[in-house]
Amino acid sequence: MTSPQSRVPVASEPVLEFDNLDVKFGTEFGTVHAVKGISIHVQPGEVLALVGESGSGKSVTSMTALGLLPSNARIGGDIHVIDNQVTSMDDRQLRRMRGNDVAMVFQEPMTALNPVLMIGKQLTESLELHDVAHGREADARAVELLRMVGIPEPERRVKQFPHELSGGQRQRVVIAMALACDPRVIIADEPTTALDVTVQAEILDLLRSLKEKLNTGILLITHNMGVVADMADRVAVMFKGNIVEEGTADEVLNRPQHEYTKRLLAAVPHLGRGPQQFGFAQKAVEPLRPGQSLALDVQNLVVEYQRVGKTPFRAVDDVSFSVAPGEIVGLVGESGSGKSTIARCSLGLIPAHSGTVNILGEDLHSIDRKTEKALRKRVGVVFQDPASSLNPRFPIGDCIAEPLVVHKVGNRASQLARVEELLDAVELPRNVINRYPHELSGGQRQRVSIARALVLDPEFLVADEPTSALDVSVQAQVLKMFLALQERYQFACIFVSHDLAVIDMLAHRVVVLESGAIVEQGTRQQVLGNPQQEYTKRLIAAAPVPEPGEQRRRREERYRLLAQLGDERTELKLN
Amino acid sequence: MSNSQTPGSDSYSIEAEIPANTKTYSQGQLVFRRFVRHKGAMASLIVLLFITLTAITSIGVGPLPGWWDKDYTRATAVLDGGRPTIGFFSLGEHPFGQDTIGKDYFALVMRGTQISLLVAVTVGVLSTIIGTIIGAVAGYMRGWIESILMRLTDLVIVIPLLALAAVIAKAASDQGVFVLALVLAIVTWTGLARLVRGEVLSLREREFVAAARAVGTSPARIIFKHILPNTIGVIIVSATLSIASAILLETSLSYLGFGVQSPDVSLGLLISQYQNAFLTRPWLFWFPGIMILLIALSINFIGDGLRDAFDPRQNRSKD
Repeated sequence: MTSPQSRVPVASEPVLEFDNLDVKFGTEFGTVHAVKGISIHVQPGEVLALVGESGSGKSVTSMTALGLLPSNARIGGDIHVIDNQVTSMDDRQLRRMRGNDVAMVFQEPMTALNPVLMIGKQLTESLELHDVAHGREADARAVELLRMVGIPEPERRVKQFPHELSGGQRQRVVIAMALACDPRVIIADEPTTALDVTVQAEILDLLRSLKEKLNTGILLITHNMGVVADMADRVAVMFKGNIVEEGTADEVLNRPQHEYTKRLLAAVPHLGRGPQQFGFAQKAVEPLRPGQSLALDVQNLVVEYQRVGKTPFRAVDDVSFSVAPGEIVGLVGESGSGKSTIARCSLGLIPAHSGTVNILGEDLHSIDRKTEKALRKRVGVVFQDPASSLNPRFPIGDCIAEPLVVHKVGNRASQLARVEELLDAVELPRNVINRYPHELSGGQRQRVSIARALVLDPEFLVADEPTSALDVSVQAQVLKMFLALQERYQFACIFVSHDLAVIDMLAHRVVVLESGAIVEQGTRQQVLGNPQQEYTKRLIAAAPVPEPGEQRRRREERYRLLAQLGDERTELKLN
Repeated sequence: MSNSQTPGSDSYSIEAEIPANTKTYSQGQLVFRRFVRHKGAMASLIVLLFITLTAITSIGVGPLPGWWDKDYTRATAVLDGGRPTIGFFSLGEHPFGQDTIGKDYFALVMRGTQISLLVAVTVGVLSTIIGTIIGAVAGYMRGWIESILMRLTDLVIVIPLLALAAVIAKAASDQGVFVLALVLAIVTWTGLARLVRGEVLSLREREFVAAARAVGTSPARIIFKHILPNTIGVIIVSATLSIASAILLETSLSYLGFGVQSPDVSLGLLISQYQNAFLTRPWLFWFPGIMILLIALSINFIGDGLRDAFDPRQNRSKD
């Protein structure tokens, strides 16, 4: 076993090696060259992080190692898993190799597990398929595997179904499945992207102990630079099918050589640096003028979801906060904390069970339809998923003009002029007016969503995770643009996000939520700089920063905090 | 903020540049491209067009005369036992033969094809409209509106289709072909209503609908402008298939004696009228039978091609 602190891998045979790998896909519109002759390798007991944004070919690369690409792919070059030459294997040999020599950890644990099979059954299946253990022996091994990945009461868990486990536990089960046959190398494709930060930190701890205790080689695919800083020994940066830079984590993250790597790192929002990092000075919020009402005033809000045959589920519990005109308030919390519910409730899309929501001085839930429509004219909204928030049948111009048409503002010519003005404001070329959403990339679509939200010159904007579906470099562009637009149009905004670094960049005030209730609220400096509550502290400690040295220090600090709070740190438990 | 540097214009951006002049495809054009490439569907489209054109032009429509000189109501002397005279390159005097009393069978089959196609297209259009509206309103409104509409749908579904159609058609038997088509439409919209409701249920949770509601769009505009255009694939495919099943339903009804009434004919009625002559004059069965088969098969193939063309999982190249 290698020493846990060894940063330089010992010279030995690589467990996974791509040699001049080249992948092309034949499609309806010609050939797509996804991977253009890359060579990388993973040593035992080493984490190689393959970093890149969407479309860079990183997932395609990992899929070739398992022989899992669709039939329209043409693969060139050599792929070696230990001694196996993957490209020349038949289906039988491939099946034997998968699981035995190389295993995969997928992004979304809910879809990677079969919802109709018990956890234990899914674990024993691969054991039995690969002749590792059968019957009772396999059951015992399944329990042992769950114990190894730190799932409490494994005897009870093997009889449960995936939906009975939390997201983090599910991902642990997926890792246990990957470990079932003692693979020499594990490919983890965005293993923590679907998880909350605190859970992400635990899963990363588990993966780290995996390489330290079992000497497993890990190919970690991610777009998150914080995760890279936390985990990787070496880093390979991929851009449009090429490896543009490769080196140790310290070299790549602290002294990037290639232009793309530099840009990528500059685009990562850094928790603790505030709005200055993109060159914006935050303007102070002007005090309320007499006669001016708050943009949003939420008092004792309770939202309940009715459930058939059960007590209603309380998603938001007694929440009070307000947003002043021209102020950006960040709503942070993990999944299930009720932040999106509050956003949707303040748009009147979900009814409040009790409490009041006043938007621009009027209660959306108790006014008549005409006043409601007039009020909606003054409110804009940006949603999370740019792929689903634009109507796929509307050309971009119609998408942006839709609020104008609904509220019968101006004629066709003036509407068109307004659309063009906003396209300029969100830095899109005017010729996109006649294009359809599917022709644009994710970031471009999100710009369109923002343009649509601003077309009526709203006084209050609700932004529900507007950048969490975007790549870092695109997120940086969109955030910069958002800040510039806010400076120009001076709208008030609630900005929902799970990413503390993003909130740190643009919020004046921060509201921290946990399971529907407010844990802490205050100015950005107070909450993020000097958190008072245990939950906020944990949240901030778990957010990784993209600098290996600093991240190592933060990790130690987090372990101290956990020890102080009486929690155990996650690691592989071997008997 | 200037427009001079658009995002994506530098070499290390992952966002593809928006090309200025290259050919772009709307959703509809993409579907059309895929449909044209579906060989079975294109062949079927040609066959169906050929049958339709022949049926219309041969014996004419209403007062307009066609190129075929014989009338489907007038009997002439039976030649050669009424055998068909069609050859590889010639039609002869009676290409499809003559029936038992000497009527020209080609004219009869053409008239039957006209009526069957008319019924089928009318049923297809009407039942699609009914089904779409009921399904969309139920799916979007939810609550008691949905309950009423979907229980109504269930009610129509649980009554055996043929029995229901036969009873209503019998009551309206002397009203003509259009009433028959209306009756068939009233009993066949249910499948589409359920399909559309399902689609709408998932679409109404999409964020572009929430965005539309948040700006204050009215429910009617959301249903008809935002949601329904996105279900067009399901609707068109289902409409095509319902045309094929309407032909078969009309055939069954006419065969049972509840559909088109003599002296008018439909393909089903022709088969039913001459079922006793099958052993002695098999062509009286074969020609309308083959015609039904060709129409139903080609429409089904077209529906298949449309389904493949609308299915985004097929040959998806981006997004």
